Amino acid sequence: MDNNHSVFIYEQCRFFSDAEFEDEDSNYYRDTDREAKRRRPKEKKTRERKEREKKRSAKNGESNGKAGNNVRGQPEEEQRGRKGRRRRGKEEEKAPVDGGDEEVDREVQKRRKTRGNRKATKHLKEEKEEENSNHKRQRPSKAEKDMKPSQRKTKKKEEDEPEKIDKGRKKRKVKVETSSESSDSSEEEESSEEEDGDDGEEGTEAVLGALTPEELEKLKEAVDERKKLIGTIRAKPWAMKKKLQTLRESQEFVEKYEGALGKGRGRKLYAYKVMMRKKWMKFQRDFENFKTACIPWEMKIKDIESHFGSSVASYFIFLRWMYGVNMILFGLTFGLVMVPEALMGRPYGSIPRKTVPRADEAGAMDFAVLWDFGGYAKYSVLFYGYYNNQRTIGWLKFRLPLSYFLVGVGIVAYSYMVVIRTMARNANEQGGGDETNYNFSWKLFTSWDYLIGNPETADNKFASITTSFKEAIVEEQESRKDDNIHLTRFLRVLANFLVLCCLAGSGYLIYFVVRRSQKFALDGLENYGWWERNEVNMVMSLLGMFCPMLFDVISSLENYHPRIALQWQLGRIFALFLGNLYTFIIALMDEINLKRKEEETVKFNMTAWQASLYNGTIGDNVTLSSITVDPADVPRGPCWETMVGQEFVRLIISDTMTTYVTLLIGDFLRALIVRFLNYCWCWDLEYGFPSYSEFDVSGNVLGLIFNQGMIWMGAFYAPCLPALNLLRLHVSMYLQCWAVMCCNVPQERVFKASGSNNFYMAMLLVILFLSTLPAIYTIVSIPPSFDCGPFSGKSRMFDVIQETLETDFPAWFGKVFSYASNPGLVLPFILLMVLAIYYLNSTSKSYKQANLDLKKKLQTQNEENKKKNKTAALKAANDLEEARNAVSLLQQQQSNNNASKQDDRRLDSSQQNRQQADNRPNYRETRHTAHPAKSHCGHSDPRRHIDRSPTPRRPGMSGYLPGLPHHPASKVPRHPHIHLQE
Amino acid sequence: MGATASQLPKDLLSEYQELTFLTKQEILLAHKRFTELVTREGRTSAVTRVPMEKILTLPELKSNPFRKRICHVFSTSELKDGSLTFEDFLDLLSAFSDSATLEIKSHYAFRIFDFDDDGTLDQGDLEKLVNCLTGDTEDTRLTTEEMRQLISNILEESDIDKDGTVNLSEFQHVISRSPDFVSSFKIVL
Repeated sequence: MDNNHSVFIYEQCRFFSDAEFEDEDSNYYRDTDREAKRRRPKEKKTRERKEREKKRSAKNGESNGKAGNNVRGQPEEEQRGRKGRRRRGKEEEKAPVDGGDEEVDREVQKRRKTRGNRKATKHLKEEKEEENSNHKRQRPSKAEKDMKPSQRKTKKKEEDEPEKIDKGRKKRKVKVETSSESSDSSEEEESSEEEDGDDGEEGTEAVLGALTPEELEKLKEAVDERKKLIGTIRAKPWAMKKKLQTLRESQEFVEKYEGALGKGRGRKLYAYKVMMRKKWMKFQRDFENFKTACIPWEMKIKDIESHFGSSVASYFIFLRWMYGVNMILFGLTFGLVMVPEALMGRPYGSIPRKTVPRADEAGAMDFAVLWDFGGYAKYSVLFYGYYNNQRTIGWLKFRLPLSYFLVGVGIVAYSYMVVIRTMARNANEQGGGDETNYNFSWKLFTSWDYLIGNPETADNKFASITTSFKEAIVEEQESRKDDNIHLTRFLRVLANFLVLCCLAGSGYLIYFVVRRSQKFALDGLENYGWWERNEVNMVMSLLGMFCPMLFDVISSLENYHPRIALQWQLGRIFALFLGNLYTFIIALMDEINLKRKEEETVKFNMTAWQASLYNGTIGDNVTLSSITVDPADVPRGPCWETMVGQEFVRLIISDTMTTYVTLLIGDFLRALIVRFLNYCWCWDLEYGFPSYSEFDVSGNVLGLIFNQGMIWMGAFYAPCLPALNLLRLHVSMYLQCWAVMCCNVPQERVFKASGSNNFYMAMLLVILFLSTLPAIYTIVSIPPSFDCGPFSGKSRMFDVIQETLETDFPAWFGKVFSYASNPGLVLPFILLMVLAIYYLNSTSKSYKQANLDLKKKLQTQNEENKKKNKTAALKAANDLEEARNAVSLLQQQQSNNNASKQDDRRLDSSQQNRQQADNRPNYRETRHTAHPAKSHCGHSDPRRHIDRSPTPRRPGMSGYLPGLPHHPASKVPRHPHIHLQE
Repeated sequence: MGATASQLPKDLLSEYQELTFLTKQEILLAHKRFTELVTREGRTSAVTRVPMEKILTLPELKSNPFRKRICHVFSTSELKDGSLTFEDFLDLLSAFSDSATLEIKSHYAFRIFDFDDDGTLDQGDLEKLVNCLTGDTEDTRLTTEEMRQLISNILEESDIDKDGTVNLSEFQHVISRSPDFVSSFKIVL
């Protein structure tokens, strides 16, 4: 029994290793199954045979009388032991030829009728139909009769073979049999197939009980294999019907054997694990579904994607990613700084820093002032200055200054982490494959964007693809010659010069404006109008709007390839924005210095004021303790931190406003005018001059990146910035989605989305670095204001860490920390890190090199294999031809001897044989040993013909009727089985 | 197969999830879209086939130059008329979905580009492919000289074994190195 199963399992494993499931495979599967069952020990069989004979004698009468009326046989059959039934198929083969044969046939039929649905294959349906028709006809097939006895004999012979050979040999042997038997009559297959269907649980369980651990392992392996198949089936390029069928079969198999594996002694754990895994898979799938359902704006973005292609969508995906990052930043600042201060900190008006000064009180609630983030807005949790330097606040003893500092650092750290992680992931996805030797092929095979669902976009795409083809061809043709290279060079230098002029001019303009605004601020803003107050922001926004256009015009001088031109353009805009930002920061630094000077004087005046206060009160004979001054009246310093925060907030607001206004005017209004004025205009507006605007992906991305840079810079001094940014991103998501869909036309210039994704990220990283520099500089090197903010009274902001260490941690910790922060330790550590980076870098380089080498190796190997395969195929073809010749000779001889029907039959069976051979060509030789016995007994023993009483034909017979091709594969030239024996 | 019922049976739905790269919502959406295409009289038959003309009216496919090829490749119809059942339709969406692997995408891309269904991309296929990509209008079409140049360049690059055609493995080799094939070989309902 053992070896049977090991064989069975072995076959199963092989079965899975086959790359493709073909129709023959299911047949094959059945064969092996049957084989396994057939080879059960004989002692049991004899016992059962006796049992069966009793029952059969009781039933014989009725079954002989009415062939079609065999339903009554069923219940009795059901009552029999399952095991018995399972083995009956084999036993039948061995049993002496008598009436029982037909009876069993019928029983099998019946059971098939009731249970056959488990294997819902097309094959089976066919058989059923045939069965029905056979019932009507009641005509026994002669061929069937002929074959049965012979086959039975074969069986006997095979089973009589000594069972005590070593395992390896046996396996081989059985394999031989399975392959040879496929060419036997269909009858056998029937029974085995049926068994395969219905003795599932108990049968396998019983079998499993007798399996050795080794075989169990194999079975497990087979089950795992199936599971793997189930897991990867979706990645197979098959039609759904086939996938569905394979899935069902595999699942059935897994359930059948997994369940059995679980039921035995001590295997409960396995079953439990399996069950849990199933549950876990289901949960994962549901979770996955849930997750995709939770991704915001997914449908919107997909909609845009399908209209405008992936490049426009990449902007929105970037925007969404940015929104997620800002959500985290907002959570940090809001949850750890703003809310604790608002809930637990001292209320408004309790101390001077939390009160609007008397001079400003009158207009503190005016909208203009609030819009400028002055008045009440300035003296609120939104800005640095409002926070108190109390070490702990509220009943929670929340250490607000520490929290403030750590959140400031955490924002930067988190941003670095997330940007670098995303970059690394993107780089991984790209796989570092920078081979550019498939230029044309990529253009041809991958240039179509299947997401395009808009005819206009499609037209643009057609045009751009055509131009890219033409360009590529022209480039290829004239890659060497460049006639007026001097002119081009001159123009390029000129263009760069112009751009530099633009950059310098815009930088100076900003510097000038900021200086002017400082003067205004010193004079008092009230004396000036709206323009003077918002000059800086407006100038910056306008520069950001018009300079790119100027660059665009200038870049047309250069005559670069569009892609390179685009990169230049992006680089220039980037430089412009950066220059503007840094000019702004430098001006801000000047202002900070001014404020700090002012602060000195205020400090000086403060002492004088306090002294005068004392003097005054003493003069009035009032005790010192009772001196109370309204906080609004206390003179205070300028608080440069709040000023910086305010500047950034104003910048963000004005930037947002300009973005929205340009969107509404530049896109929406333009689209409206073009659309409706087109009816009464002298030229075609839609295709002529103004036309509709395109969605400017690169400009928008750059805007987003710089906006984020400002957030990073200003968030320390204005904790409200992430919240504002979140709001801005949220609104622009909807607004831009709407604007794109309603008033933009798809762009003509191709801007590959995936290629530029990391480009955006790299820019973001640069901006992040550049924006954290000034922020860190101010935090580290400028002493905080003396009378506002959480760090007031300290000489540096990071002293808060020192303070916490000293007061909240045990003494030894402070000591350890001071040692650890000792330069003598820090410097070697930094050195070590640099070394580690160097080492990792060099190893990654060597890995890359190894990768390339492997790739090359693989390629050469592939080519070699191809050659080898070709020669092998040729050889095989030759062999086949020879074999065919030999066969035709033999066939002629045989056909003389045999009846034509038999011949037909044999042909059919040999087809099957051939399929098997196709499946396992390497078993051909082994089969030779088994064949002679079978084939020669196939035509002997004519006595059996007569013994058989007419019976209805069995369902499965239909497929094997002479002349009715059963398998699609039978269309290939037939090779009668004899050729295998040559 | 339940494709005609107004609701998909639950077990079938989970099987579809197992067999495609689509999520539950996507399958349900696909089902909704598909049933909208099915005509009233079609609903009575067991396995509904939607003729290719109907499928091509979907806005997602309308402007795709390969729309007919896509239908033909995914159709399991014996008449080779490009008509799709719901399962074929799911196969289509699965291959074009976000999470489908490069292997399956490139396999189907190859079959789509293989206009004469002979298993290789030969001169004729490539020519048709170029014509599909450059559109139907006269002014965008390439001249014969350009076409010849282009195809010879392509074959030079991709035809590794130099047999004059691009076969599946060569095609996949080329495609797998492309940075934007996976992101552009997508159709979203």
